[in-house]
Amino acid sequence: MAQFTFWDILRNLLLATQWTILLSLIAFIGGGAVGLLVCAARITRHRAVTWAARLYIELLQGTPLLMQLFLCFFGLSLLGLDVPPLVAAALALTLYTSAFLGEIWRGCVEAIPKGQWEASASLALSWPEQMRYVILPQALRIAVPPTVGFAVQVVKGTALASIIGFVELTKAGTMINNATFESFLVYGLVALLYFALCFPLSLLSRRLERRLNVARTA
Amino acid sequence: MSLVRLDGVEKRFGALQVLKGIDLKIESGQVVAIIGRSGSGKSTLLRCINGLETHDDGRITVDGRVVGEDAKALRDLRQSVGMVFQQFNLFPHLSAGRNVMLAPMVVKHTSEREAEGLARDCLAQVGLAEKFGAYPEQLSGGQQQRVAIARALAMQPKIILCDEITSALDPELVGEVLKVVKDLAERGMTLIMVTHEMGFAREVADLLVFMHQGRVHEAGPPAQLFDAPQTAELRQFLGAVL
Repeated sequence: MAQFTFWDILRNLLLATQWTILLSLIAFIGGGAVGLLVCAARITRHRAVTWAARLYIELLQGTPLLMQLFLCFFGLSLLGLDVPPLVAAALALTLYTSAFLGEIWRGCVEAIPKGQWEASASLALSWPEQMRYVILPQALRIAVPPTVGFAVQVVKGTALASIIGFVELTKAGTMINNATFESFLVYGLVALLYFALCFPLSLLSRRLERRLNVARTA
Repeated sequence: MSLVRLDGVEKRFGALQVLKGIDLKIESGQVVAIIGRSGSGKSTLLRCINGLETHDDGRITVDGRVVGEDAKALRDLRQSVGMVFQQFNLFPHLSAGRNVMLAPMVVKHTSEREAEGLARDCLAQVGLAEKFGAYPEQLSGGQQQRVAIARALAMQPKIILCDEITSALDPELVGEVLKVVKDLAERGMTLIMVTHEMGFAREVADLLVFMHQGRVHEAGPPAQLFDAPQTAELRQFLGAVL
């Protein structure tokens, strides 16, 4: 049996970390794009659209991410589509992220005081103009900290992709553990690597939040 | 023809009838002060005039236009009806100058240079020429409210609605805002204001409207209403506030 040195283990884990980062980025960018649509659908005044968006959000927030992964992976293959694990994981995480980001952003838009709507309406701005020039610039500012904060959840969520066989950090850890039986060392390193990804994001989120509070005490 | 005309205007919030048939005629250049207890429907009445609230019955015309629910028609109407709010409602992400420039640029497609000149003029009119670049949070309440007035002026409205514009101010800041409003009145702007400043209403208004339980209970020249109130309700109200 081949012997694994500490450096072998770490090197392999670091290689797999790249996939975790890639999957996180896809999920976050894809989820952000879809999330924008979800947010828009939630705040329009078209009842049917709002309801559809609400259903979408409730379904995705009310089911485990793991089930969503299974459905994307096995469900699509039942339909005769042979999807590689990366695609299934990216799809599931995108849907999941979009539901949460859409709802976070809707909250930010609705946090803008009614007076801002009334003042801009009485200046004869149309709804899209109110959004573009008055509401969104303010909503974006307050959206930054919770958005960055949610990115942490996405990074950790990618660990579930290991179950459908996608070799990211957690899966790589499991495989190395199976070969070395050094569970504590391997999973300790895996955890540390996740921490190294998430901690800077948490810090950034908290920093942004503090800066925002200072600027908005008026 | 009257600039603003209300005929039998009614407004309900659910089971609560806030306006119970308001008739009112306001001529160009008139300064109208609306007084009354809280809950008497003063603010609602004001907000119906520029369509911030829809009315359920009756008819409101402003400058020959009927106030309805069509969004485009409302926007046209609002170009000639400015509004100033109790809580200022300045846009906190924009400087004072940009607050004033926004609507002319977005709604009237005024060029940036022209809008800036306009904004400087309007800010000068309210005594804040030097605050063009200041953000709302850097201004006192009185200054913020004056920027809000300048913002309304920049659209060159025919009427300005003032909804208790000094009620959120510290007492020592009330005067500077009232002075600006008085200037506007003297220059012939049509003003409709809901106010608790009785002294100011008496001094500046041409028409005083006393509202009680959703109706115009008494209306007329301020001196007449203040000195010889005809109804017990007005006497009681004046007794409580003066």
